Amino acid sequence: MLADRPTTLLAELTHRCPLHCPYCSNPLDLLRAEAELTTADWKRVFSEARALGVLQLGLSGGEPLLRKDLEELAEHARGAGLYSTLVTSGLGLTRARAERLKEAGLEHIQISLQDSDPVVAERIAGVKSVKHKQAAAALVTELGFAFTVNVVLHRANLDRIESIIDLAAELGADRIELANTQYYGWGLQNRAALQPTREQVERSREIAERAVQRYRGRMQITYVLPDYYEPYPKACYGGWGKLYLVIAPNGAVLPCHGATQITTLTFDNVRDHSLEWIWRESSAFQAFRGDSWMKDPCKSCPRKAVDFGGCRCQAFALSGDATNADPVCTLTPLRRIIDEALLEPGLAEPEYRYRNVAGERAGAGA
Amino acid sequence: MTTDSMPKLWKLARLDYDPVRQRPVLLYPEGAVLLNDTGAAILELCNGNRTVGEIATILGERYHADVSADVAEYLQLMADRELVHAG
Repeated sequence: MLADRPTTLLAELTHRCPLHCPYCSNPLDLLRAEAELTTADWKRVFSEARALGVLQLGLSGGEPLLRKDLEELAEHARGAGLYSTLVTSGLGLTRARAERLKEAGLEHIQISLQDSDPVVAERIAGVKSVKHKQAAAALVTELGFAFTVNVVLHRANLDRIESIIDLAAELGADRIELANTQYYGWGLQNRAALQPTREQVERSREIAERAVQRYRGRMQITYVLPDYYEPYPKACYGGWGKLYLVIAPNGAVLPCHGATQITTLTFDNVRDHSLEWIWRESSAFQAFRGDSWMKDPCKSCPRKAVDFGGCRCQAFALSGDATNADPVCTLTPLRRIIDEALLEPGLAEPEYRYRNVAGERAGAGA
Repeated sequence: MTTDSMPKLWKLARLDYDPVRQRPVLLYPEGAVLLNDTGAAILELCNGNRTVGEIATILGERYHADVSADVAEYLQLMADRELVHAG
């Protein structure tokens, strides 16, 4: 199947991060600094991405501010014609760096918030972070970046969704993205501690819908439903290898940030191949592009044009076979996996397995 | 959106040209819309100081046709997506 042109590249510049959030979307096996691509590698890759059709660049991580060359990379991206977003915890965003990023042509900054309650926020982050984030938000608005607050929702913060939305508005956000936890990697490890109740989900959905109207024209609100409570799976970025690609800190090119957990796939690297070759030809991108890989019930399902069988990473993580339907789908018998997970009692006093590089000390209270 | 509205692009959206696809494009945080030439022509005129009616008149003269219904419909669509504000 012929490849379309991608529109969006998520560049995970590093896995290093001062935060230890237990739902991190990075893989369990985090890469160390010495494995990371060089400045020259990233610049070449950004130029190749633009030539391939990429319009939107996410400068992400880990914490991308831990890369000392971030300003240089942002400047190169702007020069190549990319619209860049810095996806940051806010920690490390000093005035000097924020000003240099502005000069470099960075347009948009996303800062993560963990909660409106500072105690819970720092318990989730595993580190003192609330004051740093407030200071970073003030810099972002003062310097006139487009500003998004992003929040991962789960059992311990979902009941404060309204005050979280109000906090984002007070901080001057143009947008807030509220996304329920997705259970891959770290999130799956912590599912019992993170999973909300159905009542929490229903209530928060109503609050979010009202807030969308209340803030209309002032702050855009994006609310991503938890797929476990939906009858059909989410459509990932228009389907596998269609619009989106991710580059890991070591240069491995992934069709999705969760793809490394599909252990049957191998990923080509920008150190060995051009980005265009990888996008068009690499086995990982070919694996689930289009619908020829599907089996029933997806193969004969009219919804395959809507949700493309759902998430390959979730199908593999929960059923052991990435060509299965996403178990979220109520049209597959695999749905029992999700229904059983929903019946698991949540932990009253959640204990998190914090995100950490293997062998390093847990982050709580660090 | 009425003929008297004075539409303005969302402050975080900017018009650009994509040399790869050879199409005008609207870029904004976490999004991009590929435009046709007509769509780009309408959005270029949305500076907050022209009414929908005036935009339709300018484009009508340029294309020698009555485009008022198309202009209003397009701007309503973009307003629904919060990419244009009615003003």
